[in-house]
Amino acid sequence: MADTAATVPAVGGAARAEPRGRKPRRALSRRNIIIYGTLIVAAVYYLLPLYVMIVTSLKGMPEIRLGNIFSPPLEITFEPWVKAWATACTGLNCDGLSRGFWNSVRITIPSVILSIAVASVNGYALANWRFKGANIFFTILIIGAFIPYQVMLYPIVIILREIGLYGSLTGLVIVHTIFGMPILTLLFRNYFSAIPEELFKAARVDGAGFWTIYLKIMLPMSLPIFVVAMIIQVTGIWNDFLFGVVYTGPETYPMTVQLNNIVNSTQGVKEYNVNMAATIITGLVPLVVYFVSGKLFVRGIAAGAVKG
Amino acid sequence: MSTDRPIRLFRNLNAKISAIPMIATALVVFVGGTFWTIVYSFTNSKLLPRAKFVGLDQYERLWGTNKWLISIENLFIFGICSLIFSFIIGFILAALLDQKIRFEDTFRSIFLYPFALSFIVTGLVWQWLLNPDFGIQSVIRSLGWESFNFDPLYNADIVIYGILIAALWQGTGLVMCLMLAGLRGIDEDIWKAARVDGIPMWKTYLFIVIPMMRPVFITTIVIIASGIVRVYDLVVAQTSGGPGIASEVPAKYVYDAMFLSQNLGQGFAASTMMLLSVAIVVIPWAYLEFGGKKHHG
Amino acid sequence: MASVSIKNLFLSFGEVKVLQDLNLDIAEGEFLVLLGSSGCGKSTLLNCIAGLLDITDGQIFINENNVTWEEPKDRGIGMVFQSYALYPQMTVAGNLSFGLKNAGVARAEIEKRIKRAAEILHIEPLLERKPAQLSGGQRQRVAIGRALVRDVDVFLFDEPLSNLDAKLRAELRVEIKRLHQQLAGTTMIYVTHDQIEALTLADRIAIMRDGAIQQLSDPHTIYNKPVNKYVAGFIGSPSINFLEGDVTREGAPRFAAGDMTVSLEQYEFESDSSGGRAVFGIRPEHVAFGDPAKQSPYTCEVPVEVVEPMGSDTLVWTRLGGQEFRFRVDGQITVSAGQTVRIGFDPARASIFDSQTELRL
Repeated sequence: MADTAATVPAVGGAARAEPRGRKPRRALSRRNIIIYGTLIVAAVYYLLPLYVMIVTSLKGMPEIRLGNIFSPPLEITFEPWVKAWATACTGLNCDGLSRGFWNSVRITIPSVILSIAVASVNGYALANWRFKGANIFFTILIIGAFIPYQVMLYPIVIILREIGLYGSLTGLVIVHTIFGMPILTLLFRNYFSAIPEELFKAARVDGAGFWTIYLKIMLPMSLPIFVVAMIIQVTGIWNDFLFGVVYTGPETYPMTVQLNNIVNSTQGVKEYNVNMAATIITGLVPLVVYFVSGKLFVRGIAAGAVKG
Repeated sequence: MSTDRPIRLFRNLNAKISAIPMIATALVVFVGGTFWTIVYSFTNSKLLPRAKFVGLDQYERLWGTNKWLISIENLFIFGICSLIFSFIIGFILAALLDQKIRFEDTFRSIFLYPFALSFIVTGLVWQWLLNPDFGIQSVIRSLGWESFNFDPLYNADIVIYGILIAALWQGTGLVMCLMLAGLRGIDEDIWKAARVDGIPMWKTYLFIVIPMMRPVFITTIVIIASGIVRVYDLVVAQTSGGPGIASEVPAKYVYDAMFLSQNLGQGFAASTMMLLSVAIVVIPWAYLEFGGKKHHG
Repeated sequence: MASVSIKNLFLSFGEVKVLQDLNLDIAEGEFLVLLGSSGCGKSTLLNCIAGLLDITDGQIFINENNVTWEEPKDRGIGMVFQSYALYPQMTVAGNLSFGLKNAGVARAEIEKRIKRAAEILHIEPLLERKPAQLSGGQRQRVAIGRALVRDVDVFLFDEPLSNLDAKLRAELRVEIKRLHQQLAGTTMIYVTHDQIEALTLADRIAIMRDGAIQQLSDPHTIYNKPVNKYVAGFIGSPSINFLEGDVTREGAPRFAAGDMTVSLEQYEFESDSSGGRAVFGIRPEHVAFGDPAKQSPYTCEVPVEVVEPMGSDTLVWTRLGGQEFRFRVDGQITVSAGQTVRIGFDPARASIFDSQTELRL
């Protein structure tokens, strides 16, 4: 690593005038160029698709056919967006993504609430209350996190059919809750385990029982982990495709399934701008969650990375 | 407030009640469902499950089907390349971000945001970017390189690489985060000692830091591997398995067999194979991590 | 000539001034200890000398060479860290040789140096082991060995014993001292917050506070003639007694606090300042007790409030001049709370500080 250090002066007995103080560093040193250069190139690779998405969605079709995908729109139009939302055809119906959006909302919100409620109570029970067989079942749950979903797809179809929920939003909510349990239970269990046991013991000495301790002591202390769990679940459930396409029907398709239908199954002329607008709209919700949550998202990843 | 000690049974009862959902799920869905599928993979179920056992028939048929063989081959190529490239890219990005640079948060946000997107979104975006008439190929051609060819999505031989590019775009951010966390866990004094010893930075990474990050690498491999087996949404969105069946993957084979071709038996057999491949990776890892005894502490 | 020389060294991180105008000349073969509590800048200074931190202003010379802009590897130093920082995946021999191999030193020479270092540090049987298989004390020896094989004249120690338990610390302390004697001509700069280490190891101690050197002297002087109140309070365990009162210099110099008056005839004043508010410092171990106390230049009777038996000594808490006062007696002597006992001391052994400036009077 050659630096622009002054040559070490030969010994002269008396102290030399230079070098002194801070070592001179060029802002444009070779090291900096390599580091920032690579990072910027990488950033372009990552940002390019987003740019292209946005730009394409704002152009009219004639412009797209003529120009190249990287050029900014000559005339900005929001018509593709309106079309994507309200009138795009999926082959079965033509009311755009809005149907899928509201389906996704109706799927995500109850799923998130239910899965977090169940998993947090389970994690709390596992962390603080010992009972026979708990560890075995927990282990099975964790193993379940690794099993490819494909293996369990059909049995669940059968179960849902039996209860009459196959094809309904409620059925899908239940599926999401079930499959969210391993990761979330692990997350909450680890979090609650880290809370000093003395707190728990003191509450027991005060006479508090299972639910009291959970509601009055554990919950108020757990805001960060709840936020992380929410991030994992909202992102995972909103982005899900497999469960959506297996367990729902055309009326109840979530946004991702609808999106795929709109883009990949239209006959005739492909409206690329509408497709891109639809893609952006679908990706908007988790992106917003991502940018708002910042560092918490990173934490959520570390914890929930096993989930697909 | 009553200070009666709750009797033993009652105290545990609350915990037990709350754990029933977990127990029920664990048993029914994960264990029961898996078993059921495996068992029925030995039947000749078609549109509906049928309890007629035919031994290894489905498996023989599976491994004789071109579509399946191509899926496995694709998964293999995709898996290995995925692992290698996401490791290399992820590590390099992490190492760069670890250099105490400015705008670290900004860069990290940029590398990570694709991870927040659905695979469908990713697949569609890259389908558009790789569109031969309008996408990258046409742009480069319009710049003068007339014979530039870059349409993996229409070329059966390299379509899997088109999917790879999209998958890397989405997934390396995660690997980078894991690696960065690992790097930040290295004692700063090690860096100082290496600097005093006069070891150049690249050697420090190669011979000292990377060997120290073995646990992180192993965890990352397991996470990536279990994700690779499941690749489905991305293929559906980007290529629908095409051109033809050139980009088929096992997960898609399962879905198509079960819900489109009315061939449940094949679907069960295929998903059992998927389970097997995951088991091959995860079980040795679990054994190493938890030393044989199933402790989660 | 000085082996390590620091001139007008400044270090700031943005607005925060960490080291201010430090000047330090360390002789060849000297064992210098940088002593202070956390945050005083001692480790920072060491890192600057090592070249791991860039300084904001000033110059650093090692063996006559201006090394201000040199990389650590070119400064002729070896360094030992608090956390040992051994390369975990390499054997001890690997740890010792890695830097040398990188520098292109011949294999035979590397073997020779490793052998020599292993002999000096008694780690020969450990050469093929990995750091995880070593005890804390052994790891620290290997860390020292890594510096030894570099064949340098200046060793830098950054709190090397802080991670060890008390017993090991005492053992290794002696070993480091022996090592210094064995390697005549090697300059050692040692950072610690432990005054015992400082007092036992150092040729000279530099007590640091808030990025500046409070006093730079040999242990004896620092102990007996601390230059300000901070140094006096820092060195000595149990810590020095401080009595607030007034010093009068006209006529018979004396110190008065509450109902006590101490004659300062024999006290060596260092400054010419006239009297005023002052702090009188006398160490618990310099206080005589019982009958022998009657011979002391100053003597009086005090009530015993609390007694702390500590085995070889007993610490007695009392009041003098209306303020808290402690003194030590031999562990064999029984003292009980409520007694009134006679104590005495020699004011010449005291240290008096101006209340405002905290400097020695």
